[in-house]
Amino acid sequence: MKNDLLDIGGHKFKSRFILGSGKFSLDMTRKVIENGGVEMATLAVRRANVGGMENILDYIPKGITILPNTSGARNADEAVRIAELARELGCGDFVKIEIIRDTKYLLPDNAETTKAIAKLKAKDFVILPYMMPDLSAARDMEEAGADAIMPLGAPIGSNKGLLTKDFVKILVDEIDLPIIVDAGIGKPSQACEAMELGVAAIMANTAVATANDPGTMAKSFKMTIEAGRLAYLSGLGRVLENRGEASSPLTGFLEE
Amino acid sequence: MREFTDATDYEEDMEHIDSTILKDVLKRSSEYNPDVYTNRDVKSALSKDSLDSEDFGALLSPAAVPFLEEMAHRAREETRKHFGNSVIIFTPLYASNYCTNQCVYCGFGSRNKIQRAKLTGDEIDKEMEAIASTGMQEILLLTGESRIHSGPEYIEDLVKRATEHFSIIGLEVYPLNASEYNIMQKAGADYVTVFQETYDPKVYADMHPGGRKRNYSYRFNSNERALMGGMRGVGFAPLLGLADFRKDVFTCGIHAMEIQRKYPHAEISFSLPRLRPCMNKNLVANSVTESQLLQVAMAYRLFMPYAGQTISTRERPVFRDNIVNICATKISAGVSVGVGEHSGTENGDVQFDISDPRSLEEIKNSLLANGIQPVFKDYVRV
Repeated sequence: MKNDLLDIGGHKFKSRFILGSGKFSLDMTRKVIENGGVEMATLAVRRANVGGMENILDYIPKGITILPNTSGARNADEAVRIAELARELGCGDFVKIEIIRDTKYLLPDNAETTKAIAKLKAKDFVILPYMMPDLSAARDMEEAGADAIMPLGAPIGSNKGLLTKDFVKILVDEIDLPIIVDAGIGKPSQACEAMELGVAAIMANTAVATANDPGTMAKSFKMTIEAGRLAYLSGLGRVLENRGEASSPLTGFLEE
Repeated sequence: MREFTDATDYEEDMEHIDSTILKDVLKRSSEYNPDVYTNRDVKSALSKDSLDSEDFGALLSPAAVPFLEEMAHRAREETRKHFGNSVIIFTPLYASNYCTNQCVYCGFGSRNKIQRAKLTGDEIDKEMEAIASTGMQEILLLTGESRIHSGPEYIEDLVKRATEHFSIIGLEVYPLNASEYNIMQKAGADYVTVFQETYDPKVYADMHPGGRKRNYSYRFNSNERALMGGMRGVGFAPLLGLADFRKDVFTCGIHAMEIQRKYPHAEISFSLPRLRPCMNKNLVANSVTESQLLQVAMAYRLFMPYAGQTISTRERPVFRDNIVNICATKISAGVSVGVGEHSGTENGDVQFDISDPRSLEEIKNSLLANGIQPVFKDYVRV
């Protein structure tokens, strides 16, 4: 299991903990990244202050892959332009597509996202779309050129955990790309649960940012994500829930 | 009750739009009675994940007064969930104080004998350079309400000049038609704030004896016209203290909620202006206390947890420093409310007195000391 690497569009990562950075004090960012063993962190392009005060780019340690997001985009064209801007800012070729037309729930628009993927693929981006876990949409996104699929676990910021568990599992089973749960993961135990399902990585932000001690919480996430991954790789043992094994066999008559 | 939605009340150039929201909001407003709620209603509201308008009404009511501490904890939790620990810093720029309205509570009112001033193009540039040199990236452009002295073309020019210096541009000017808002949006404006002042039609009429502002419904529909014109966000508020503040705030919340339902992409924000002494010093009788102001802010937060909230320099530093730790998400800094004060080019009289004169640097340091991340830019225009 030593060579168990996360592969996103040919880029390899040891860490399966992707950090969302939008809800932190900037001076906490470095510590959280170090404690969480994080190798990839998001950056809201709309917040990047090039040449201005308090630039988040200055707080992300070198060697960390930056995952710029297109938050603020309301359609595919805006997302594409934000992605291009991120590249111009020196954020590299990764992009997390977020297209949201609803300020109340911040739920993603799968159809526009699929359009944006096709346009960004033509420009050689490494594309990670944030989406509602829907199998048809995920297939369209894969077809359009996505490098991973990022279904939400619960409404963003809600810390409610993996409410979409059954649908995420379908994506894990049916889609050949890494499935990364984004949004909703509120506790390390929930991250572990998602990893046990076979999810490739976890993205978390609010859960760490709103902890009393974000540094230690990041460490806890690192540990449970690794634990969940190991459980998945080792093949979970059989878990009997409500169904015990019937003592008198129903098929015994076959031997009569 | 007088019909506010009648197109014949409108001046010829005022655009008339669908009045469904206005009618519904006025109806619900007339049904709200803050005195019917009990402790139980408040406790029930506080136990819910997502609050309806009845819960909002309960949290605004006198019955919620003993629950302020509990509300503060809930409000802080919601704010952190939706906004993290970020607080946006901005500053207003007063470009003109000519006004044709006669709002009886305002220092800029057309019958007040104050020194009037309007910045010229060069003066605007100088003011903006002075502000931008402090590191500020978001500006709120304000003018008095006079289409004669600061017409739409003047405001458009103001916006275009602002794009040279700032990333985010808000407008707080007299109500425009949707097509005019669209011109401003194309010029670079991001959001529009139009305060209804009071939602109580009778008090509104008393407070606005003359000028275009006398038309309640044209003003009420401004936020919707701004969204029709392509603006990204709209800001709402009553001026607390003009009428029964609980009723005004309840109505404002319903107004914002209905706009959000119709325009789900709209970024909604609330402001929390309290009536402050100006030239008409006898008008502060209806005044709202600090603790009532906090109750209002927390009720907004719990009712619409995703909506932004701006805290004005009308409030004293200790109040502002603490409310950003509970529910406010936007704070002004380096504020001057006279025309031409940033660069010292000109001196029109001020609209009201401020209580927090701290500079951008001081506000920034105070946020950081409070464990809050100051944010200067929250949007990229593409």
